[in-house]
Amino acid sequence: MLANYGYKDASGDYFITIDTDKCNGCGDCAAVCPVDLFAGMDEDPNDPLRVEPVAIVAGTKKNKVKYECNPCKPEANRPPLPCVAACATAAISHSW
Amino acid sequence: MITAGIDCGAKNTKTIILDKGKITGKALVATGFDQEKAVRESLEKAVADAGIRTEDIEKICGTGSGRNAIAMADDKINEIKAMAKGAVFFFPDARTVADVGAEEGRAAKINASGIPEDFAINEKCAAGAGTFIESMGRALETPLDEMGPLALTSNKEIPMNAQCAIFAESEVVGLIHANTAKNDISKAIHDAMASRVVSMIRRIGINREVVMLGGVGNNPGFLEAMRRDLSLDTIWIPEAPEFGSAVGAAAAAAEDA
Amino acid sequence: MTEDKKEFWRWTESNWKNPDMEWKDAQFISVGIDVGSVSSQAVIMADGQVLAYGNMRTGSDSPNSARNALNFAMEALGDMPEDRMDYCIGTGYGRVNVPFADRTITEIACHARGANFIYGPNVRTVLDVGGQDIKAIQCDEKGKVTNFLMNDKCAAGTGRGMEVFADMLGVSIQEVGDRSFEFKGEEPPAVSSTCVVYAKSEAAGLLRMGWAREKVLAAYCKAMAERIYSLVERVGVKSEFAVTGGMAKNRGVMDRIMPLIGMDRLTTPWDTQIAGAVGAALFSHALCMKGKGRKK
Repeated sequence: MLANYGYKDASGDYFITIDTDKCNGCGDCAAVCPVDLFAGMDEDPNDPLRVEPVAIVAGTKKNKVKYECNPCKPEANRPPLPCVAACATAAISHSW
Repeated sequence: MITAGIDCGAKNTKTIILDKGKITGKALVATGFDQEKAVRESLEKAVADAGIRTEDIEKICGTGSGRNAIAMADDKINEIKAMAKGAVFFFPDARTVADVGAEEGRAAKINASGIPEDFAINEKCAAGAGTFIESMGRALETPLDEMGPLALTSNKEIPMNAQCAIFAESEVVGLIHANTAKNDISKAIHDAMASRVVSMIRRIGINREVVMLGGVGNNPGFLEAMRRDLSLDTIWIPEAPEFGSAVGAAAAAAEDA
Repeated sequence: MTEDKKEFWRWTESNWKNPDMEWKDAQFISVGIDVGSVSSQAVIMADGQVLAYGNMRTGSDSPNSARNALNFAMEALGDMPEDRMDYCIGTGYGRVNVPFADRTITEIACHARGANFIYGPNVRTVLDVGGQDIKAIQCDEKGKVTNFLMNDKCAAGTGRGMEVFADMLGVSIQEVGDRSFEFKGEEPPAVSSTCVVYAKSEAAGLLRMGWAREKVLAAYCKAMAERIYSLVERVGVKSEFAVTGGMAKNRGVMDRIMPLIGMDRLTTPWDTQIAGAVGAALFSHALCMKGKGRKK
């Protein structure tokens, strides 16, 4: 399942996509994120019949992605994002 | 040499007359639905304020979201260039400038000559612009100019969850129904708005002192929230910050002439 | 049926009982409660089939709204004692406020599963436009989600955005759809501002220019359609396509989205607002089948 967390508002698209078929719930993304955007879950709230753990974008953060991700996304250049780099299964992508 | 800068914004149109590096006239009129009329009126008023004739102006430079309506402009510059020029006009050492108007928020990193090196814009979404505070004021039944002073009387921290002006209005109504004090709600509104602007500034990197331009710069509640969020002792604000970009346009006209 | 005519932007509440079924015949009674920002639904199922439902406004107090919706459905059912219920799942924006629920599940999973039930197993794309959010979901033949997004950050394109706009124009929300086609001349271009706050100022300008209210409504319904479509496009449109949620009843928006989607939408005799609660009740039933129902 492609879980698209985030939003689109009048100023642009701000989505973080987690491919739950690739995610193994290891929690490495949560460990490296400086703003605690990710949370490791034992049960996928979007997939009640899944048994493996999974990462989600925390409910309190998903509507602030544009602002929360700023420390890792300077306007001047595009360095590798820690969460994307930390994910061994390449399950995370950002829309911007 | 006399130049004029006209900033046709979403809410107000501002004109500045500059004579040898000094502001000699200014005028602000509501933009309304006829931008061209607003531009003409603000120029006429500024000329009268300066006590000159329109023919005395050597060069006119236009800026703002409605700059295409400035028919008499010899030159037009974008809002980022205008705010950068405006910031260094008032504060030659300025390196970070934020400009928050009615419908748009901007931040730029500028060099010593007032050239923008990097910028971020929050546009087309009311959550990051002056309109946000105005809409919340309506829900609170408080006029816009009383919102800031009201926020200053509170020291409570109430988080606002809604990131949209429409949804935030419902949240404010909910807070009123829960008997939350008006001043505490007003502070929560300013804190929420400031955190969005500060986040935009952080994205370009805080580079020495921060200069604030735009109409929202007149709001003491917002400035206090921003100062707190940035952990700065002071934020530099010129007198009448809403004229910042018009001043920048007039200064740009003087440079090129 | 109850109706409140005092506030013109409200819609009609309803409850229903399946005349062909009796609760006494059922092995498992499973319940799904969907507490949305604007409306709340309770669906009572007997062995995986809808027995009764209630569809009501959400009040200011979520726990009461969940309770009221359940009572409303029970009222339609008549004489079933509440302890006959084997399992209850809460979903929706207010799902943590369903005090009598055994478990909560997000509305994403529930809407896909519910759409699979009320529209049939060929549904691959589900669009749900609720009071405060837009959900675009792709699912497989079992109603399992394969791709989704949920936009509840911004009011543009949501029911609330439409309410604010209808309110400004003084048009009742039920009339928006029809009125948006009652203008003379060509279909106007969409209102250009996405942000509802700015779209309102833009509309005020159009009214000043002499546009009829109907034409302004048409321009806004078109903007809503384009906005909603841009979100559906992100997850992709696969045949067949179905719409749930309150906006499905607004032809002003729906008739303008469908040409963008480029295929027909499935129809159903069911009330589209109950999809989320149906999905929750189906998950309840699935858990009962796994032996997780309440001990008797």
